[in-house]
Amino acid sequence: MATSSEPALIHARGLTKRFGAFTAVDAVDFDVAPGESFGFLGPNGAGKTSTVRMIGCVSPVTEGVLTVLGLDPAADSSRIKSRIGVVPQQDTLDMELTVRENLVIYGRYFDLSRREAGRRADELLEFVQLGERAKSQVEPLSGGMKRRLTIARSLINEPSLLLLDEPTTGLDPQARHLLWDRLYRLKQRGVTLVLTTHFMDEAEQLCDRLVVMDKAKIVAVGSPRELIEQYSTREVLELRFPADAAPTDGSIFDGVASRVEQLPDRVLLYADDGEAAAVVLHERGVRPETSLVRRSSLEDVFLRLTGRSLIE
Amino acid sequence: MTAALRVLEFNAMGYRRVWRGTLFSTFLSPVLFLAAMGLGLGAFVDQGGNGALGPFSYAAFLAPGLLAGQAMQTAGFESTYPIMGAIIWDRTYFGMLATPITVTGIVFGTLGWMAVRLAMVSTAFFIVMVAFGLVASPLGILSIGVGVMTGLAFAAPIMAFAATRKNDQAFSMIFRFGLTPMFLFSGTFFPIERLPARIQLLAEILPLHHGVALARHLCLGDAADRSDQVVHVVVLSAYIVAGTIAALITFRRTLVR
Repeated sequence: MATSSEPALIHARGLTKRFGAFTAVDAVDFDVAPGESFGFLGPNGAGKTSTVRMIGCVSPVTEGVLTVLGLDPAADSSRIKSRIGVVPQQDTLDMELTVRENLVIYGRYFDLSRREAGRRADELLEFVQLGERAKSQVEPLSGGMKRRLTIARSLINEPSLLLLDEPTTGLDPQARHLLWDRLYRLKQRGVTLVLTTHFMDEAEQLCDRLVVMDKAKIVAVGSPRELIEQYSTREVLELRFPADAAPTDGSIFDGVASRVEQLPDRVLLYADDGEAAAVVLHERGVRPETSLVRRSSLEDVFLRLTGRSLIE
Repeated sequence: MTAALRVLEFNAMGYRRVWRGTLFSTFLSPVLFLAAMGLGLGAFVDQGGNGALGPFSYAAFLAPGLLAGQAMQTAGFESTYPIMGAIIWDRTYFGMLATPITVTGIVFGTLGWMAVRLAMVSTAFFIVMVAFGLVASPLGILSIGVGVMTGLAFAAPIMAFAATRKNDQAFSMIFRFGLTPMFLFSGTFFPIERLPARIQLLAEILPLHHGVALARHLCLGDAADRSDQVVHVVVLSAYIVAGTIAALITFRRTLVR
């Protein structure tokens, strides 16, 4: 957490965004410390993107307090923008330009000399492993390559704060792991990362601390480990039953777990010792088709906090 | 200001790739128009003419009007599809806005680039006119500037409109029911005095007639009444200023949410 000796890089109190009558972000509070990597986790439509767009000074704050790098987005947006990098949810690459030109012109937007922009462009293309595609057009690149190019572009001004809105959505596992690796290196260099995601493994890999957002509000804050400890148990026992053979009377699970979730085909028992719970249930005559003990994950926390029903 | 220059630079960077292709068509189009309408139709008109054009050939009468008309067509294209592309298809403007580039920079940089394109097209047209021997006055060179102004008088309001659209359906309407009739009835091919009084008034309100008349007077060197020329410049400027203000408003509304 940000302390008084170390001012927050991003500071939000009662931060609100409304579009007409619709409230996208409803009075959220959070602080991001320098060097931290901070995640916004939540289902689609929870308000993550709107929050990040306000931080990036491309969406005016409706209400509340927001400072970024100690500056007010309403008054100093150009100064803030010159020091941050943005990876938007949808790529905004220039299709008419080559891969390298995309980086050079972006450097020019930050007032770099042509020479310096070119030097950084070459360096960044190596960093995201696109050096060999420097002269190719953007259009034929794969999704993963475009995403890497977008990340390279966001780094052209050597930002101290990088905003990433769903950086790996739609990528295959190889591309995703390569991106994570690059982001981890940036973090090691002291770049503050703020990212939104609905991938739990991404949040666990990259985030020191995260907030879970649901329906425009922040519903939980903490490190991935803290959240698991607070909202779930150490282990989860997953029992799968053949169709129509699941126990109809839920009371049979009483006392074995701190929380029981009955799904159409499965029963999830949240317990600190999953194995022990399984033994007790066996003694009670419960005979599942399969039985699996696993460690609790952020996904369990996420589903508990934001519910299982589809949000559409 | 820097922001606008950067946006102009972005456009120039993209154009660098395609300039060879456009160079050919930029010269071809005036050659074709002047050959067919100026020399072909012109010979016909001049033969059967009643001297209504005074000492000038029909081709010399027509050419400056075509220069202004061509500027209008170029502006019409540049201010519709590329603008929609940068807002909706490629989202280029959103990429710019994540940097210190501002909405004002985008609007002025884009208009600045259009001015550059219009100057290229008008210069090419003027060179062809000179080659055909259709420029009677040295002041004719100023018609390049008239081409730029005429183009911007269309580009600014049309791009303001384009930024309010979600798809490109309206654009073909602009060409079909806006620019094409204007091209035909704004004095390019015949003096607007031949039109019924109401239509003539309409032509005088719309910008193309003023570009056509101004370019024609400059090229023929027959600027009889100087106050008329001032009116042409004022009307074109008014369209440019009003269109730019409108574009600043609609661009901000679309790009900043």
